[in-house]
Amino acid sequence: MTYPAVPAASAPAAALQFWRSADVIQKAAIVIGLSLVLLAVLAPLIAPFDPNSQSLIARLRPPLGFERAKAGYLLGTDELGRDVFSRSLYGLRLTLMLAGLGATLGLLIGGTLGLLAGIVGGRTEASIMAAVDTQIAVPFTLVALFLLAVLGSSIEVIVLVLGLAGWEQYARIVRGEVRRLMNMPFIEAARAAGAGPLRIARRHLLPNIVSPLVVQFTLSLSNIVLLESTLSFLGLGVQPPTATLGSMVGIGRDYMPTAPWIVVAPAMMILLITFAVQILGDWLRDGADVRLRAR
Amino acid sequence: MLSYVLRTLIRMVLTFFVIVTIVFFATRLSGNAVDFVIGEGMTTEDRDLLISYYELDRPIWSQYFAFLRSFTDGQFGLSFIERRPVAEMVLERIWPSTQLLLSAVALTVLVSIPLGIAAAIWRKSWIGSAVMVLAFLGYAVPNFVLAIVMVLVFSYWLNWLPVVGNGTALHFIMPTVALAGVLIAALTRFTRNAMLDVLGQDFMRTARAKGLPEKAVIFKHGLRNAGITILSVIGLQVAGLAASGSVVIEAIFAWPGIGDLLVTSALRRDYPVLQFGVLTVALAVILINAAIDLAYAWADPRLRHTVKG
Repeated sequence: MTYPAVPAASAPAAALQFWRSADVIQKAAIVIGLSLVLLAVLAPLIAPFDPNSQSLIARLRPPLGFERAKAGYLLGTDELGRDVFSRSLYGLRLTLMLAGLGATLGLLIGGTLGLLAGIVGGRTEASIMAAVDTQIAVPFTLVALFLLAVLGSSIEVIVLVLGLAGWEQYARIVRGEVRRLMNMPFIEAARAAGAGPLRIARRHLLPNIVSPLVVQFTLSLSNIVLLESTLSFLGLGVQPPTATLGSMVGIGRDYMPTAPWIVVAPAMMILLITFAVQILGDWLRDGADVRLRAR
Repeated sequence: MLSYVLRTLIRMVLTFFVIVTIVFFATRLSGNAVDFVIGEGMTTEDRDLLISYYELDRPIWSQYFAFLRSFTDGQFGLSFIERRPVAEMVLERIWPSTQLLLSAVALTVLVSIPLGIAAAIWRKSWIGSAVMVLAFLGYAVPNFVLAIVMVLVFSYWLNWLPVVGNGTALHFIMPTVALAGVLIAALTRFTRNAMLDVLGQDFMRTARAKGLPEKAVIFKHGLRNAGITILSVIGLQVAGLAASGSVVIEAIFAWPGIGDLLVTSALRRDYPVLQFGVLTVALAVILINAAIDLAYAWADPRLRHTVKG
């Protein structure tokens, strides 16, 4: 799916304008977000150690600058002598990857169902919206817990669960927008000119619903990061020894009184991701919502 | 009104039915149903008895009806691990969960409504911005991080508060705050927006114009009108968030509620407990939502006649 580019002068100029319109907190969010993505992408290059390599003689060492610290282990080591810095980087990488995949899957499922509901109408619409209502009625953490326990915590199942976490929001947005747009003269005109439903959906509807979808995608990213970290924290997400931010916090919790550094880095990273994404999502939403601009 | 009640009830039953069906097929289609329902380490006679009770030797449709039947006669099976009736294990955990939820919601309301109003009134000053930044932070900090940071500081370092259990009033402090964190952030933002909507209305100007003191304008005219929307969020969104959050918080603090039970049974693959627990919580949430829906229709006659869409 390719979206038509916003008719801006040039990419760098648009980025500059974007940057200038941000306030201090929003600028901080951009910087934090970009650095986290960069760290995640470059993790294999930056990480000084293999994230899973253990060292019995270097267990539970504090970060550099503290007593008993071991050279080379920037943020200390965990209970198995693994480098906390390297594990955090790989955990960040996996967490962001899972969140991206999950949010995309949710967008695809929800977007398709929403389009279907809005265009076809009738019984199809009624049953899709009933599914949306059911999804809203039940706290999703429960469903996730149940599915992971029953289907097992493989990566595929985790991505599926994360994808199911937010599809109903996309479905609602897309259906609402489609229903609004279907009454517009330009759709009437397209239909009169002989365009089929698929062509109308692709050429006339999608370009008009991109911006609310982008906003929802951003906002759902932070929810998905939180859900994934929560599940991994509880031991139901990605299984050890693979590092994710949530499972590092979950396992490190047992060593907290003596080795709090194990949880500090991953916990801070989760916090920074959700903070940056929330701020950016809110900003995008305010920009997309004309009613709010007046305020 | 009667037809509205009826519609709400039908929707409620349908939603629950859908969830029961999903739970059933998710469990049966993933592997060996016999192992799933019965578990290991049973005598052959017991095993055969259970197989015939759940009709596991029959086609999936009759298994499905046998599953539905268990809701009418209350036979939900035994826990794999504890060998106790599942219903008993789940039901004894409802009250501690309710206590924690109520105290978290109470804290949320007490903190976020004043904060939200303040942020709306002093929107342009530093108070408004400070409140909003705090709300954002509250949203970004995962509840389990908040919980373990509190444990580290107040239990391990300062030795003020107990870590696990629900014995005394002191035990309530950390779980309540950890659970309420996100709720406070959400409700503060919402209260602020609802108040901002109301503050711009014509009747507010009228109230000021007729010389009412500012306090009366904001609390009598503003808050009362924003109150309906705020209440609806407390009912719908906050209840959902709290139910999700309490799973994690109860697990961390070993709070003897349903959330803790669900996590434990998910980790131990104790399917009968997990299955019944999920359905119980789902039913509770559906009931609460329906009750809120009906309370609105009762309070606001316009709702009874509009078809939701």
